[in-house]
Amino acid sequence: MNDMNIVERNVTTDTFKITARKVQVYYGEKHAIKDVDVDILDKTVTAFIGPSGCGKSTFLRCINRMNDTIDVARVEGEIKLDGENIYDKRVDPVQLRAKVGMVFQKPNPFPKSIYDNVAYGPRIHGLARNRADLDEIVEKSLRGAALWNEVKDRLQEPGTGLSGGQQQRLCIARAVATAPEVLLMDEPCSALDPIATSQVEELIDQLRKEFSVVIVTHSMQQAARVSQKTAFFHLGNLVEYGDTDDIFTNPQDPRTESYISGRIG
Amino acid sequence: MTDVTDTAAFGPGGERHTSGSLLTESARTRKRNAAEKRFKAYGIGAIAIAILSLVFLLTSIIGDGASAFRQTYASIPVTLSADVVDPDGNRDPEEMSGVYSMSYGSLLTDSLRNWIEQEGIQIEGLTDADLSGFFSNEAQASLRNQVLDNPELVGQTVEMTALTSSRVDGMFKGRVSEESASRDAKTSVAQFQLAEAMRENGTLVTRFNSSFITKPDASDNRAEAAGIGVAILGSLYMMLIVLVLALPIGVAASIYLEEFAPKNRFTDIIEVNISNLAAVPSIVFGILGLAAFINFAGLPRSTPIVGGLVLTLMTLPTIIISTRAALKSVPPSIRDAALGVGASRMQTVLHHVLPLAMPGILTGTIIGLAQALGETAPLLLIGMVAFVSTYPGAPPAGFFDPASALPVQVYNWTQRADPAFFERASGAIIVLLVFLLCMNLLAIYLRRKFERRW
Repeated sequence: MNDMNIVERNVTTDTFKITARKVQVYYGEKHAIKDVDVDILDKTVTAFIGPSGCGKSTFLRCINRMNDTIDVARVEGEIKLDGENIYDKRVDPVQLRAKVGMVFQKPNPFPKSIYDNVAYGPRIHGLARNRADLDEIVEKSLRGAALWNEVKDRLQEPGTGLSGGQQQRLCIARAVATAPEVLLMDEPCSALDPIATSQVEELIDQLRKEFSVVIVTHSMQQAARVSQKTAFFHLGNLVEYGDTDDIFTNPQDPRTESYISGRIG
Repeated sequence: MTDVTDTAAFGPGGERHTSGSLLTESARTRKRNAAEKRFKAYGIGAIAIAILSLVFLLTSIIGDGASAFRQTYASIPVTLSADVVDPDGNRDPEEMSGVYSMSYGSLLTDSLRNWIEQEGIQIEGLTDADLSGFFSNEAQASLRNQVLDNPELVGQTVEMTALTSSRVDGMFKGRVSEESASRDAKTSVAQFQLAEAMRENGTLVTRFNSSFITKPDASDNRAEAAGIGVAILGSLYMMLIVLVLALPIGVAASIYLEEFAPKNRFTDIIEVNISNLAAVPSIVFGILGLAAFINFAGLPRSTPIVGGLVLTLMTLPTIIISTRAALKSVPPSIRDAALGVGASRMQTVLHHVLPLAMPGILTGTIIGLAQALGETAPLLLIGMVAFVSTYPGAPPAGFFDPASALPVQVYNWTQRADPAFFERASGAIIVLLVFLLCMNLLAIYLRRKFERRW
C-alpha cells in the first residue's frame, strides 16, 4: 500500500449526521444488506468500499430512500438523520431528498440548458423568490461545483453538450443547488477520465466544508485520497468502519486486509 | 496453466482448423458466403415484391380514380321562358318555387334542341329522350336555384354551364364508347355523336371537379353529382372526437400504468387485456358501440359522435401501447436525477419523462388516428352507411347530425350500379390516401422536431 497517498486530515467535527441501526434491505427474497450499524459524521467525507455486489450502493440509496422507487426492495431497521428516523411513516421522501442530495454513477444531466439543470431543484422547492435570487443560486452552485468559469458564457446551452467530467460537475452543482445537508455520491468518477476524476475529487474535498459527503467508490486509492472515514462492506455486511488511515494501514478484520491487498474483490 | 494439455488447443481430433493458403477459399468459407448471398437475395426479393405491389396498387387506384376529379360540363344559351318558370307572372320567388325542377329540365332540353338547330348539327335518330338525358338531373335543380335566387333572369336567355349526365361524362373519360353506347339503355349512339359534335364545337368542356370534394352524396340516378363533402366533414369530426378523447385518456392511462401502478397480478391482467384489445377485430367494437352508445345511451345513429366514440375505443389500445413504449424508452437515469433533487413522482413525469416521451406519443397517436380514419367495419354497424345528403352542422351540435365517413362512402359507392360511382369510389380512396399520407408526414415531422438526444 505504499503507492497510496494517504492524506493526513483531522476530522473536523464529531457530531453524528446520520446514524443507522440494524438496517436490513431485501430485494424480493434476496437479503442484500444485513444488520448494518453505522454513524456518519457531519462535515466529513465517508467512503463506502467493497467488492461489486457487496451492498454499498444499496445502503447509500437507503439514506435518501431512492430504494422506494424499486418495487421489490424492502428496508427494515432505522436510519436517523439529525435524530429523526427517515423511514418514519410521516416522512415524505420528497422532502427528505431535498435535504439529502445525490450524484449518480453516470452523469445524468437533464436534456435542458445548463441553467435549467441547476435551477430545477431550487424552482420546485421554492428556494428563490425571484429571478435574481435564482441567478444567484445557480452561480453559487456552479462555482461550488468548480464549473462556473467554464460555463458562465453558455448557460443556455444544453447540459448534455458538456464533456463527461463537466456533466458530472454539473450534476454536483444541481445537487448542491437545493442546499442539502448530506450529499450522497454513487461512484461519481467511474465514468470519468483521470483528469476529470481528479477535478471531481478536489471538489469533493471542498464540499466537505459544507456538507456531510458519503461516497461509494470502487477505487481504494480514491477512498484513501478523499475520505476521512471508510466503511468496508462485504456480502451485505459492514465488516469494518473507522478512520480511513486506520482501515488502510491497520485493518482489524482479515477480510478487510484481503480486500485492500487485492486478494478478494 | 498446468491443467491445459497441448491437444486441448486443437479440438478433439487434435487437428488445426486452418490448412492451406489464405488466398483460396476453403469449402467451409465458400458455403458460408453462398448462404450469405442467398439470404441477401431473399431480402431483396421481398422488397421488390413489396414495391411492385405498392406500384400496382397506386397505378390501379389512380388510373381508376383520377378521372373523378374532372367533370364534363356543357355551356349553352338557355332561354328561361316565363310561361314555364313563372306561370302567374308575378316574379314572386314564393310562387315560383311551386314549379318543380322537372319543368326546368324541359327548358334545358328545349334550349339544347334550339342550339342544335342554330348550329346546324345533323344527327340521325336523335330522340327527345337523348336530349333530355343529356344533362344531369342536378343541372335542372341548380338552374332552378339560380332562377329562384335571381327572379329577374326570367324571360331572358342566359349562357348556362350545365352538368352533363354520367354517360356523356363517361364518353370523355373513355368509359363509354360508341359501341357500348349502342347496347346501353341509358344512352344511344345518337347521343354519343351529339356529344362528339359538341366537343369539337368547344361547347362541351371537361374541367376540375371541385364539387366532387365539396358536395354531398347523390342518389343512384345522379352519379355525376355525387361528392365526398359530407364524408370528409364526418371523418374530420370523428377524428376530432378521437383526438380529444383518446389522447388524454390514453396518455393518462399509460402514465399511471408505467410510472405509478404497483406491479402485481391485477396490473398484469390489465396489461394483457390492453394488448388483447389492440388485436380485437374492429367490427366487434362496432357491435359494442351499437349496444352501448345507440341502444343503451340513446345517441342518434349515423352520427359523428357515435362513430367518434367507437373509434376512440378502438384507438385507445394503440395509443396506450405506443405511449407506454415511449415512456419506457426514457432512460431511468433521468427519473433518478429528478427524484434525486427532490422532485415528486408527478413532477418527475410531467417535467422530464413526458417531454422526452412526446415524440413517441405523438407518433403513436397519429398512427392510431390514421388507423381510425380508414376504419369501415364498426361504422357500418352504427349506421354511418346511410345515405346522407345534407351537411352536418358546425360542431359541437354538428357532432349529433347524421354524416358519412370517407371509407364508408367508398364502400357505399362500390355497391352501386352506375360505373361513375366506381370512378368516384376510387377518387375517394385517393383523397383518403392523401389524408393518410399527410398524417404520416406530420408524424415524421413531429418526431424529428421533438427528438432529443441524451
